[in-house]
Amino acid sequence: MKPAPYQFERPRTLDAACALLAEAERSGAHVKIMAGGQSLGPLLNLRLAEPDLVIDISAIRELAVADRAGDDLVLGACVTHADIEDGRVPDVTRGAMQRVAGGIAYRAVRNRGTVGGSLSHADPAADWLSALTALDARLVLQGPDGTRTLPLSDFVVGALETALLPAEMVAAVRVPLLAPSARWGYAKACRKTGEFAHAIGAVLVDPQARTARVVIGALDARPLLLADASGLFGGRITSEFAAQFDPAAADALLAEAGVADPVRRHFHVTVLGRAVREAAQ
Amino acid sequence: MSSAGTGSSQGVGARVLRKEDDRLMRGRGQFVADIRLAGMKDVAFVRSPLAHARIRGIAIPDHLRDRVFVAADLEGVAPIRAVSGLPGFKISEQPVLATGKVRQVGELVAMCIGATRAEAEDIAAAVTLDLEELPAVHDMREALKPGAPLVHEHWGDNVFLEAFVDVNFESALDAPIKVTREISTSRQCMAPLEGRGVVATFDHRLDQLTVYSATQMPHINRNGLSECLGMPQERIRVVSPDVGGGFGHKGILLPEEVCLSWATMRLGFPLRWIEDRREHLTASANCREHHYRITAYADRDGRLRGIDCEATVDSGAYSSYPFSACLEAAQVASILPGPYDFPAYRCRTFSAATNKCPILPYRGVARTGVCFALELVLDAVAREAGIEPSALRLKNLIRPDQMPFDNITNKHFDSGDYPEAVERALAAIDVAGIRARQRAGEPDGRRIGVGLAVYCEQAAHGTSVYAGWGIPMVPGHEMASARMTPDGGLEIKVGVHSHGQGLETTLAQVANEILGVDIDRVRVVLGDTAATPYSTGTWGSRCMVMAGGAVATACKELAGKATRIGARLLQVAPEDVTLAAGHVSSATGSVSLKEIAHTWYRRPQDLPADVDASGLEAIAGYKPVRDSGTFSYAAHAVTVAVDPDLGTVDILDYVIVEDGGVLVNPMVVDGQIYGGLAQGIGTALYEEMPFDDAGQPLATTFADYLLPGPTEVPEPRLDHMESPSPYTQFGVKGIGEGGAIAPPAAITNAINDALSGLGVEMLHSPVTPHRIVEAILGARGASRSRTAA
Repeated sequence: MKPAPYQFERPRTLDAACALLAEAERSGAHVKIMAGGQSLGPLLNLRLAEPDLVIDISAIRELAVADRAGDDLVLGACVTHADIEDGRVPDVTRGAMQRVAGGIAYRAVRNRGTVGGSLSHADPAADWLSALTALDARLVLQGPDGTRTLPLSDFVVGALETALLPAEMVAAVRVPLLAPSARWGYAKACRKTGEFAHAIGAVLVDPQARTARVVIGALDARPLLLADASGLFGGRITSEFAAQFDPAAADALLAEAGVADPVRRHFHVTVLGRAVREAAQ
Repeated sequence: MSSAGTGSSQGVGARVLRKEDDRLMRGRGQFVADIRLAGMKDVAFVRSPLAHARIRGIAIPDHLRDRVFVAADLEGVAPIRAVSGLPGFKISEQPVLATGKVRQVGELVAMCIGATRAEAEDIAAAVTLDLEELPAVHDMREALKPGAPLVHEHWGDNVFLEAFVDVNFESALDAPIKVTREISTSRQCMAPLEGRGVVATFDHRLDQLTVYSATQMPHINRNGLSECLGMPQERIRVVSPDVGGGFGHKGILLPEEVCLSWATMRLGFPLRWIEDRREHLTASANCREHHYRITAYADRDGRLRGIDCEATVDSGAYSSYPFSACLEAAQVASILPGPYDFPAYRCRTFSAATNKCPILPYRGVARTGVCFALELVLDAVAREAGIEPSALRLKNLIRPDQMPFDNITNKHFDSGDYPEAVERALAAIDVAGIRARQRAGEPDGRRIGVGLAVYCEQAAHGTSVYAGWGIPMVPGHEMASARMTPDGGLEIKVGVHSHGQGLETTLAQVANEILGVDIDRVRVVLGDTAATPYSTGTWGSRCMVMAGGAVATACKELAGKATRIGARLLQVAPEDVTLAAGHVSSATGSVSLKEIAHTWYRRPQDLPADVDASGLEAIAGYKPVRDSGTFSYAAHAVTVAVDPDLGTVDILDYVIVEDGGVLVNPMVVDGQIYGGLAQGIGTALYEEMPFDDAGQPLATTFADYLLPGPTEVPEPRLDHMESPSPYTQFGVKGIGEGGAIAPPAAITNAINDALSGLGVEMLHSPVTPHRIVEAILGARGASRSRTAA
């Protein structure tokens, strides 16, 4: 389990990283960007990824910065899960992100793993993919022609698949401020501490605004987003939304999404129900 | 003379800290992967990507031809043959590099040599195989059907061995209760912290091949290497350095060991291969896969009338050296009755060949599967009879007044009080309290249950047992040597090995018990064929009984020698002195062992001319009075909470009441039980190597092969009984495997107790969330359709 040979670069600035990406695109070299290396490391060792060039972006200081920009929290791509867990970044979600971060894998993984790396890898079982989709985060992508911003729900196009163009990379994540009336719930099913989730439910309900945004994650595909999830709550969001949660509607939705195994659907519906209950508490 | 007697602060029974932990806990151990030899190169293997295929060609790029070796290069190397003497056993030859066919994913096809492991893997990636895929058989029960693809064509079927036992079976048939269950255990991998590893080098001065290997059994490895390489044994030295857990995986002669041995002699430089985790999981350390169709016959009051069983063990593609492909199934037939006394028994066993890794003996060996099958079916009988599972056990366990007891398969139980262990476990777990709590229900919707399992662990099986199985390794007298050093230290040499058991400490405690030498001055030498007497090594929970007995015997002989010299120094007759606390004393004077040693080695001029000339060194062999094995046992009781919607199982309480005879170091025994319990919880709830229809192993990393971690393993409450074995030195019994035997049965019984109101019975390990919820949804669907009808 040793990686195939590859070239290695460790740029100090985002511009330098982009220049390396652009040059690689011109030469046809296959590139992998490494941030914390918690997913890419094993993939390299297993030779499931055999890039010509690895660009290590962990020395780019501007990517490790987290700050408020208006109501948004802007997280540099290299902010680690532990930075969020330990409260070293501003909080715009009343602790919701902190609790999600604290439940990711093991502390050793959280020390090195980054939010930008996790989203770029787009593993459906990863926590940020579902949680930040539910929180309606947007990604700032840096390419040769500047930056563009994409909702996370559009960025992830499939399991391990993103809308990143060649020579483009995730520079930052923008998380909007949670409305005072919004309620958050997040639950997942793991067989043991630190294991990848088998089912994820993320719920953002605002009974005052009568809105519900629901994500079902850890599917074989990208997270299932219901931007208007009122259908799961009898068609209308009220302050009694937990009592109105309709497991059969969620089950039908999953069946329609291609989850054929009734046991897996049962896990997802159960986990979603628990996320709803948490939001109501 | 007399020995120091019990009660020494470092002797038998003392809770002393482990001597070896100073280096191991500080990261100063030396494992195979820590060995650096000048000019050493690394080896990676090209392994079969297919479960069953004919090899049409192996394409090696020209510029790599001198760094890649295939079967045709291995001139004079014989395949690994582990033949059992049991009648009807079919022989498999395991080529060290595949010839003609590959029969399992991961089988070695070519050996690649690079300056580093990464370079060796690059070379391996440049070798291409031309394989003609053949239909593969990966399900042992399919393998037994006519028309199944054949793993070894010339056999005509896929049966290594079929065996049959029948004792009075007909007499059970009129029993009013008859309960039949199909019960099975998944294929597992052993997963010690350290995998296998080999460094091979040739010493021209000594004209000797030296193989450093992470092995439990260096002398047996030397036997095997000698047979495969066609080399006399004195030209081979096997060294086992620090070993990070064995569990059976390291008791096997590996084709990799043979390959590296051959190649270092051919190439003239040292070679290293360190097993990586993917190799470990997919190509090597497989174990445990059993299937049982078992029927229990009983009277209405729960009195057992008989057991009938057909058991199949998935033995994989080859017979592993030295334990063979049929050890597990042979054990199943003989130990299935467990610690119970009943009058009728029938068992048919199959060792099935499949296109999977050879099955290897894993801590507990067949006992874990047997305990699972028997204890689950006993719970089913208790439900049928309408009595508490514990009551059924108390009615049928062998009683203390029957000891020693020969059971229905002629197993000789040496001592113990099995019902007492159960009673203590029941009291500790508080069954009545759990029943009351069950009636009240849990506020969070979970369901709690209590489960019980009892087992016996035959350990330190001796000559008569293994001669019956006729495998390449039969243990005889265990040997030990004991030597005083000139400054009063003691060197103990034994051929077993320690890989976590703490033998450097416990064998020193045995020496201390006899000679009174401080354990800090006792050096225990292990793991080197050049330095230690022959031994079959460390397996079958045998070391404390066998090597401990041998060390005691050698130390007693040494004590006699030292006493005779001491008596001369004290100028009294030998019968007028005693040896105690490291001193030889008479009524009028005393001389320390240290002074005796100093005189013997450094001032021989002070000794009379007719002194005993045999010196201060002794080598002795040992066997217990009976060699049919010691019987340790335990009752495990566990309380679980099951989440019926997510299928998760939390262990709320775990009680183990264990009887391992006299304990040499109770702390070491506790450690063995903790470790075994963790592995047993893995078997019960987490560990499983699934295969797809083509025979591909699917859990290739620890992301997919789940091991319990610290948050999944509770601290058990332990209680020790100490029924001495009447047959062994000090009354000790082997206990190394027990912790891993009962947990799958106890936990699954607890889960079934928790779910009993839902019409669900779990009969397959591991009991995963998916299996639990599938069963619950299935039962709900069945009851709905009944209601609808």
